[in-house]
Amino acid sequence: MLFWEIAKLALTTFRINRLRSFLTTLGIIIGVMTVIAIVSLIQGMNYEVERQISSLGSHVIYLQKINWGMGRIDWDEINRRPDLTLDDANAIARLPIIERVAPLRSRMVNRLNYRNRKVTSIEMAGITPAYATIANYTIETGRFINSDDSMRKRPVCVIGGYIVDNLFPDEDPLGKRLNIEGKSFIIIGTLVRKGSFLGQTQDNVLFIPLTTFEKSFKPQGGFGTLAHDLAIVIEPKKNVPVDQAIDRIRELMRRRHALGYDKPDDFGINTQETLREIYKNITRVAFIVMIAVAAISLLVGGIGIMNIMLVAVAERTREIGLRKALGATTRNILYQFLLESVFLALAGGAVGILFGIGIAKIVELTAHLRAAAPFWTILIGFGFSALVGIFFGIYPASRAARLDPIQALRYE
Amino acid sequence: MLIKIEQVTKIYPLGKSAVRALDGISLTIEKGEYVALMGPSGSGKSTLMHILGCLDTPTTGKYFFNGADTSQLSDNELARLRNKEFGFVFQNFNLLPRLSALANVELPMLYAGVGRKERRRRATELLTMVGLGDRLNHRSNELSGGEMQRVAIARALANSPAVILADEPTGNLDSRTGSEIMHLFDTMAQEGNTVILVTHDKTVADHARRTIKLKDGKIVEE
Repeated sequence: MLFWEIAKLALTTFRINRLRSFLTTLGIIIGVMTVIAIVSLIQGMNYEVERQISSLGSHVIYLQKINWGMGRIDWDEINRRPDLTLDDANAIARLPIIERVAPLRSRMVNRLNYRNRKVTSIEMAGITPAYATIANYTIETGRFINSDDSMRKRPVCVIGGYIVDNLFPDEDPLGKRLNIEGKSFIIIGTLVRKGSFLGQTQDNVLFIPLTTFEKSFKPQGGFGTLAHDLAIVIEPKKNVPVDQAIDRIRELMRRRHALGYDKPDDFGINTQETLREIYKNITRVAFIVMIAVAAISLLVGGIGIMNIMLVAVAERTREIGLRKALGATTRNILYQFLLESVFLALAGGAVGILFGIGIAKIVELTAHLRAAAPFWTILIGFGFSALVGIFFGIYPASRAARLDPIQALRYE
Repeated sequence: MLIKIEQVTKIYPLGKSAVRALDGISLTIEKGEYVALMGPSGSGKSTLMHILGCLDTPTTGKYFFNGADTSQLSDNELARLRNKEFGFVFQNFNLLPRLSALANVELPMLYAGVGRKERRRRATELLTMVGLGDRLNHRSNELSGGEMQRVAIARALANSPAVILADEPTGNLDSRTGSEIMHLFDTMAQEGNTVILVTHDKTVADHARRTIKLKDGKIVEE
């Protein structure tokens, strides 16, 4: 019971210096705010990225010249690698464990015009009919590219919702002609929208038959060369584990490229898992930055609290002496000042939590992320504030508690 | 024997030399006595009072309170003594300025672990007794000097202590207010409380039934 009385005492003294208290806890406010905001952001990112990565299909394997990943890439080595070919794709398709295979080449189209309207940054891909199934595209109007289009190398295209919205806001795009880098294409279908990812549309896509692509477009140079290189999207049969499929594909490709057993792969086999790894690496960096910022801020905040508490102890020396004369024990005084610094820190933590949630809300509204602060971050925010309050409050409080009553009473 | 001190000295280090504030004092005070410790400033009377009130410890010599050797007591036991057995009244009142009169009087009871309702009841009773029944919720910095000293006296009485120790209780008051305050001490003594006054003022000391004169840390007259 006495404990609560002393807690109340600590609260009253804290109320008296509101502005000073607020300034003191600024470090803690920033530290806790950082944690809450960044954790919320990462949670939101996790949700979006996971949704995105899963939309690739957990089963789908991407065979390309390059390996996905971060870090240094040896471009000379990549350039020496043999191009993947349609024969490779056909050979893989013949493996009994494979359901279907979709070879593709792609290209960035900077600008598309229709009459006086334009869109920019369109991802164009030359594909085969199987691609719709593997990559989960559904036709909204018209039809998808079929094998007849491929065989006859027809100048036809299927467009995504973003292009429809911008070039054909109030007319039917089917049958209209699009000029793509000087070549004329007829629109035969539109795609069901996939929505946006991190505020970026995913419907800025345009598909043409792979054969038409090869006939009409040459590599763009630079990264464009890489995109122009054939990529093979592979879907193993449903009951085949992805790892096993990867092993079989690797085996086949090494044989086709006649690689000795001591030579590394000269192709890249990429999956959803590869992307997850990359993403984890990115968030790991964000977490480390967060922890560093939070730790420094909490340290600064803690020193601020220690400073203000030392000032408080000095200012209130006479009060401490008096309390001791009236019967306060060493422990009573210790608790009073310790609780005061804990309350200070907790108040800072509370403000930090509010600010953090506020930042998360703002990001949620502007970047279309579900950046909700999980409940445990709030607990962590309060927990760390309390720890800082105790850790940096213990020295001033014990100094107060050890004061000699007579010297304290005489203090002017 | 309530209070017994034997050959008590108190030496304060002061730079390289030392000040001998008390120089071999022996003294006994019985329960219910009304005592004045008198002497000029620097005579050691305040130091003696601090030692009697367990705020300070003697350099050498023994202090027995209720038969117990206070040098053998722990910090917590000394705090308990100050809380329950002694009531202090200071020259400069020593109230907590931001707290109400009630809250100031409740303070010793708070450290004694008395419940909230009982504290409030007792504090109201004591403040009414010292004539501040209409000032209960005034903050102490809104009170006059005489009123502050009355609050301090009510506070000293809060835990019904065995001894009331007052250090120049009228020193910061005008003479009329001072005599009103002294009247309160007289009443307390009449009611059987042990009261020890520290003063340099003969008119104050004359209220007491026993006067002990100190000079240079020694008892010169009893």
